[in-house]
Parts: sequence; structure tokens; C-alpha cells
Amino acid sequence: MNCWDPRIEEMPKEDLQRMQYKLLKSLVYRLYSFSAFYHDRMKEQKVHPDDICKLSDVHKLPFMFKRDLRDNYPDKIFTASKDELVRYHVSSGTTGKPTVVGYTQNDLNNWTTSLARGLTSVGLGRGDVIQVSYGYGLFTGGLGMHYGAERIGATVLPASVGNTERQIELMQDLGATAIACTPSYLLHIGEVAEKMGVNIKKDTRLRTGILGAEPWTDGMRNRIQDWLGIRAYDIYGTSELSGPMFTECAEQKGFHIWSDIALVEVIDPKTGESLEAGEKGELTITILQKEALPMIRYRIGDITTMEEDICACGRTHPRIQRIQGRVDDMLIIRGINVFPSQVEYALMAIPDVGEHFQIVVERKGALDDMLVRVELNKESFSDKINDIMKIRQKVEHRLRNSLNVNADVELVEPGSLPRFEGKSKKVIDKRSM
Amino acid sequence: MDTKKYVIRQISIFSENRPGRLAAIAHALGEEKINILAFSIAEANGFGVVRALVDHPEKAHDKLLSLGFNIAFTDVIAVHMKDQPGGLYEVAKILGDAGINIEYSYAYSGKEGAVLILRVDQVDDAIKKIKNSGATLLERSVFH
Repeated sequence: MNCWDPRIEEMPKEDLQRMQYKLLKSLVYRLYSFSAFYHDRMKEQKVHPDDICKLSDVHKLPFMFKRDLRDNYPDKIFTASKDELVRYHVSSGTTGKPTVVGYTQNDLNNWTTSLARGLTSVGLGRGDVIQVSYGYGLFTGGLGMHYGAERIGATVLPASVGNTERQIELMQDLGATAIACTPSYLLHIGEVAEKMGVNIKKDTRLRTGILGAEPWTDGMRNRIQDWLGIRAYDIYGTSELSGPMFTECAEQKGFHIWSDIALVEVIDPKTGESLEAGEKGELTITILQKEALPMIRYRIGDITTMEEDICACGRTHPRIQRIQGRVDDMLIIRGINVFPSQVEYALMAIPDVGEHFQIVVERKGALDDMLVRVELNKESFSDKINDIMKIRQKVEHRLRNSLNVNADVELVEPGSLPRFEGKSKKVIDKRSM
Repeated sequence: MDTKKYVIRQISIFSENRPGRLAAIAHALGEEKINILAFSIAEANGFGVVRALVDHPEKAHDKLLSLGFNIAFTDVIAVHMKDQPGGLYEVAKILGDAGINIEYSYAYSGKEGAVLILRVDQVDDAIKKIKNSGATLLERSVFH
């Protein structure tokens, strides 16, 4: 077995849980003593650090949600001082307001360690050339993978996203053995390569894909593996946890969640009660070692199951299965999180269109295609085609600016979109999941 | 010159580009016993604008509005053309020479000859130039 840190990765479960308890206890003491936000939250929940006497007492602690970060924009709940921060990442929020994540050097180290273990577990290491085709920048994907790949001694090709033909040339010329990107971008690369007359199976050294940042299925995995001649591994993470963090191992049986880094629970999203291993529910994660922005019982909104048995690879850490859905209505379009509320917020700023809308998502070729249908207001209708086109461009521009992803806009007749009582169904997702 | 009597009220209707939309408009007008005298469809990517001259524009407006359509009035003019080669040229030249831009236009060839419906950027000027050049403008009362 390829192992980055055998002492931790193969540690007996009881020892791991003892370590988790110690880390949790000290985390809770630190936050209760030094952070107003966490102190108040624990007070509201009527829980004191002294009430945490065993690992399962974690369920006494209050939950955190995405809105806690949004409400405290940009850095009100950071627990490290400004001069301890070494990096920011920023992700889009639900109402146009982004969420900011800060990192101390230790936070970056833990993130990188987590990825180093994951990349090693799929057989990567020295001598590998890893093409990082996640976006570099405010998004965590590019830089996160970059540092993880360097840590294991691989050679990084920091290709970022776009300019696909050049990516394929470099993949050939520099002998990339692995690629990290979204599954849909890899499909796109495959299609472009075929058009260029490049057979990825025969004409490149590519053997491994680390694919994530959007939901995909085993069906898609099989297709990618057969077509491109690679082993495709899923990777999981969000910026609030640090970034892409947990990968599958060579067994391809779910993400290993490193117990010294994170404590996972799967809960019933309605009651908040903890569920047994194997039961489907909402993933809740406590990052045990995080200095700048601790996350306690963070409810990401992803639906999955957890497995506690020891993996066939020998690792003792729990695994979570592929993400099977969302508790809210978040969409992932070309790797970018999109909430219908963001669309609503953007549309509200344009008087020419109504408040009703519909989002239609399809996969066109390899890429996600998003269409927003919105009603043209009576007052804004003019006989001139050009004026209507200008309104449509205005809406498209506004959506692109607030979502960071291109959306086509279709103007429809007033009253033609479905009205809902209670919870509306504004999204039609035609992608085969 | 009283140009007003030559200004005709066209109705313009916003329509999604999908089957059945024109039928819905036509059905509504038929129900109200409104006659369509001339009409055209302008198509853009994903939507269209239906333009029509009808005998009762106010009634058509109210009916379609009550059905939820986006509808607007637009001032247009109608010019008699000779129904023979060069007929369109004569009218178009008058406006071109006068520097008046045609935004859009459509035509029909009926019992009393060919008629060109014009939407221009300067309605009053267009009416004056056409009258002065000796061509015949149809009065509003011909339509409604």
C-alpha cells in the first residue's frame, strides 16, 4: 500500500478516537475562551466545554451554517489575528455576497497534508507530472491541489482552466501522468483532443484523474475510465473546510476523512439527530485543527452516508460515500456553486424583468449549460427588437457578474412561468446524474 | 399640414418563439370580432414581435392585455405603391433622399393596389416628404 503517513493512516480506531476527543476538547476550550462568536453560540445551546467528556458529546455542540460566514462577512469570526493569516480564499455567496476563508500557515499545512495522503493513496508520488486544471485564484481548487501535489514530490503543471488545446499539447509534451480538474472539464478535454486527432489513451501518459468540485456518478466514472484509459478518483471538499481535501483511495470506495483533521457526523437534516453508519443523511463536519476559521459541526448541505469499517486498503479512517444530493437547492454549474436565490437577487436589480424565473440546466456536450427564463415586464416591452435584445444582454451581464458563470437568458411572456404555492420548484436539472 | 390623420396605430405584441403563440393571439382577436388588415412577425433569437394593423386597436389592446400579453401601440404610416416593377423603389427613394430611416416595413397587395406599411424614425417629416412628392398616403380612417 502506498501510504504518506502510515502511523496515522493505519492507527487503530480506538487510538484515532482518543486523539479526536483530545483535539475536540482543546478546540472547544479555546473557542469558548477566546471567541465571542463561539462563546455565545455555546451559551445559547447551554453547553460548556466541561460538558464534553467523550467523543460522542460532540452532538451537544451547536451547528454552524453557511449563513454564519455570510452574516459575519468578511472576517468577523476569524480566530487568528491578521498578522497570522497567510492566505485568503473567497467563494460566491447566496445573495451576491461572497464568503471569505482565511488560513494560517498551520491551516495550509493541514490542508496540504490531507491532500498529500489522498494523492499518495491513489498511487501518485515522485516522478508523476500532475496537471492541475482547476482554476487558480480565489477558488480553492487550483492552489490547494498545487500544494498537495508538490508536497508528495510530484511535478506540478499549473495549467488552470481554459485554453484547452494548449493544455492537451502540454499534457503530451511534458508527459502529464495525472490531471486534477472537474469531471465535466475532463470530458471536454477528451472531446477537444479527439478533434485534434489526439488519442489520450495512446498518445499521452495520462493514467490518473483526480476529479471533483461538482457532483458526478459511477456511470460517468466508468465512461471516463473506458474512454480515456485512466483511473478516475473523486475528491471532496469545500472552501469552508479549506478546499478540496479528501480523496478516494485506490479502492474507489468513498472519501477517506482523516480523523486527526476532521470529525464527521451524518445527521437527520430535519431533527439534527446523529444517524448510524450506513444511514443516509446530511454531512456535518468539525475541523479539529483549524486556527483562522474553525468550523464546528458545519452543515455543508450535502447528502451522503458514512462507513466506519476498515477499508480494504487498510486505512482505519471513516469514509463517506459519493455525494447523493443537497438539502437545499444549490446547483453546481461547471464547478461553480449557484444558488437560485443568487439568480433571484440579480434579477431583482433589473426593473425590466419580473420576479418569477426558471433555471434550466442541461449538459451540452461535456459542459453544463444554464438557461434562465424570466418574464419581460409589460412596461419594458417596446416594439423594437433591439431594445428587447438590450434587456436580455443586460440580464445576462448581471447574472454573469453575480454568479461567476455564464447563463443564457430567455425572455418569456408575463404570466407564462409556473407559479407555486409554498416551496417553489424553480430549477429543472436535465443533467443525467 | 395636418399629419395626424395619416398616423396609424399599429399593435405590437411580444411573443415567445414556440408553437401555438400566434394561434393564441389570432384566436383572441377573432373572438372579439377584430379584423386583421395587415401583419408581420419579426423574429429574434428565442422570441418574436407580432405587428398588426387591426380595425379596432383599442379593443385588441385591452383584450390581449387582459390575457397577459405584452402589447404596445406603435405609430406607423401606410403608402400606396404602384403594383408594378419599380413601385417600391419610388417610395423608398423619397425617404432615402430625405435622410429618413426605415426601422422596419411590411407590405400587402390587396384589391385597391399595393400598400407599404412603414415604421420610420421621423414620422411627421416622412409624411410631409411623401405628400410633397405626390405619392398617396392612406389615412388612418381607412384602417380604423
